[in-house]
Amino acid sequence: MVLGLFAYPLLYSLLSAFTTPDGAFGLDNFVKTVELYGTDVLFTIVIVATSTVLIGIFSALIGGYLVLGTQPAAVAALKWLYRWPLFIPFIVAAQCMRTFLAKNGMLNNALDMLGLVDVSNLSGLLDWRGIIVTFVWKETPFVALLVSGAMAALDRASIEAARNLGAGSLRILVEILLPQIAGVMTVALVLAFVTMLSVLSVPIMISGGSPTMITVDMAFRVNSYSDYGVANALGFISYLIAGLAAWIYVRHNVAGQAAG
Amino acid sequence: MTLALGWLWRASVLGLLAFAVFGPLANLLLWAFAIQWYYPHRLPLAYGFRYWGEVFKPTSDAFASLSTSVLIATITVVVCLLLAIPAGYALGRRRLPWRGFILLTLLLPQAFPSVAIYFNIARLFYKVGLNGTIAGVVLVHAAHGLVIAVWIATAAFAAVDEELEFAARNLGASALRTALTVTLPLAAPGLMAAAIFVFLESLDEFTGTYFVGVPDVTTLPLIMFTASLAGNYQIAAVTALILLVPSIAFMLLIERFLNTEMLAKVG
Repeated sequence: MVLGLFAYPLLYSLLSAFTTPDGAFGLDNFVKTVELYGTDVLFTIVIVATSTVLIGIFSALIGGYLVLGTQPAAVAALKWLYRWPLFIPFIVAAQCMRTFLAKNGMLNNALDMLGLVDVSNLSGLLDWRGIIVTFVWKETPFVALLVSGAMAALDRASIEAARNLGAGSLRILVEILLPQIAGVMTVALVLAFVTMLSVLSVPIMISGGSPTMITVDMAFRVNSYSDYGVANALGFISYLIAGLAAWIYVRHNVAGQAAG
Repeated sequence: MTLALGWLWRASVLGLLAFAVFGPLANLLLWAFAIQWYYPHRLPLAYGFRYWGEVFKPTSDAFASLSTSVLIATITVVVCLLLAIPAGYALGRRRLPWRGFILLTLLLPQAFPSVAIYFNIARLFYKVGLNGTIAGVVLVHAAHGLVIAVWIATAAFAAVDEELEFAARNLGASALRTALTVTLPLAAPGLMAAAIFVFLESLDEFTGTYFVGVPDVTTLPLIMFTASLAGNYQIAAVTALILLVPSIAFMLLIERFLNTEMLAKVG
């Protein structure tokens, strides 16, 4: 079933991407794709990469505090707090953000009430920034869950030793914890990266205009023009981007299995 | 003094985080109960259940799509479990050659951008008449859910102590009886988790349904999407809440399953 519903469509999409309108083998679709959607490809890479970096930083900080925090009450509060978006579907997250980040959304209104900004001068964050915020909001709990789990399983002796020698928490996090869980972190970030690359609802709902992410372009190409050639060429580009990430994933997985 | 400062610092960071986590959800909640709300008012002008009535009216599109969603999710769970239980048992017992390879291959579709796969499936289904049918949507959801189901089932079966099975066999139980009365009940909590997970994935699935379901199968996420783009924020918020509640409940329920031990076994 996985073979039929995955391998066959994949092969089909590859063939379609490299077939010219008159049925021959060629790169016409890619020429057209770069012409029409070159900016969107870059835009997609920048958005997904930025989100991945931010997710990595936030989940390292959350995981680090959960392991190194000295106040049990604060640790418990953080533990309770950070997981909420974990199972919230992307489409619901997108709808939440569509209202939260809007010009008259809760974010602007809260800042306005604090006297930090004036709503009437603001435009809202519903563009590339909104997409990044939504992605980070939705995917950080997943990565943080895996990262904090890996950190909790580490031997505490080295942490205590470093602390006795006078190392600060941030230093312990960067120099002792993170190197030991680098494998888990990479795998989690790669999964988050590919997930964000395949989300269609968030870019449509957060920012409709141009430039947008290539998932939106694919849907548009198929639904409005039935142009499967260009859509599949875009698909091929998304495979390439994901393939690069998956290559890192497999390399780590093999290394992990060899070690374990 | 330093102690108080430390708590002030912690409280403000946690407060900011709480706003970041719950702010968007609170905004959604407000929209779900707002009857009138326009710029520049910071809060809705009138509250009520009017839009809840509209969504839950038996004749509404949203209500019909809710039953479609639940039907599709239920069939998907049955299909996935029927396949995942034998597969998970075989893989969990580690007797299969290429075990790691099979598990990795199953994971491969997860490591692929799915949009391009989905519209090609849709094109294929269109040829064989599966587009716009419940069966077509179930197939797409099941292909996606199966991966999770097999992984969780594998972990669940791997956690069952093999000694207990040997004991049952020694006492004269047949292989089938051992499987049904010893192994399966012991693996049941994990299988239950797999079932809930698949159910939620199917309930929340958007992209696949968007391409394969058109024009006849409308699930709840599609209704939400259409309402949101059309500017019917109240309808969108109410449907989003219906999708949200099971997800949050599942997160609170799964806490006990999602510990490091379980994750270590899956990996």
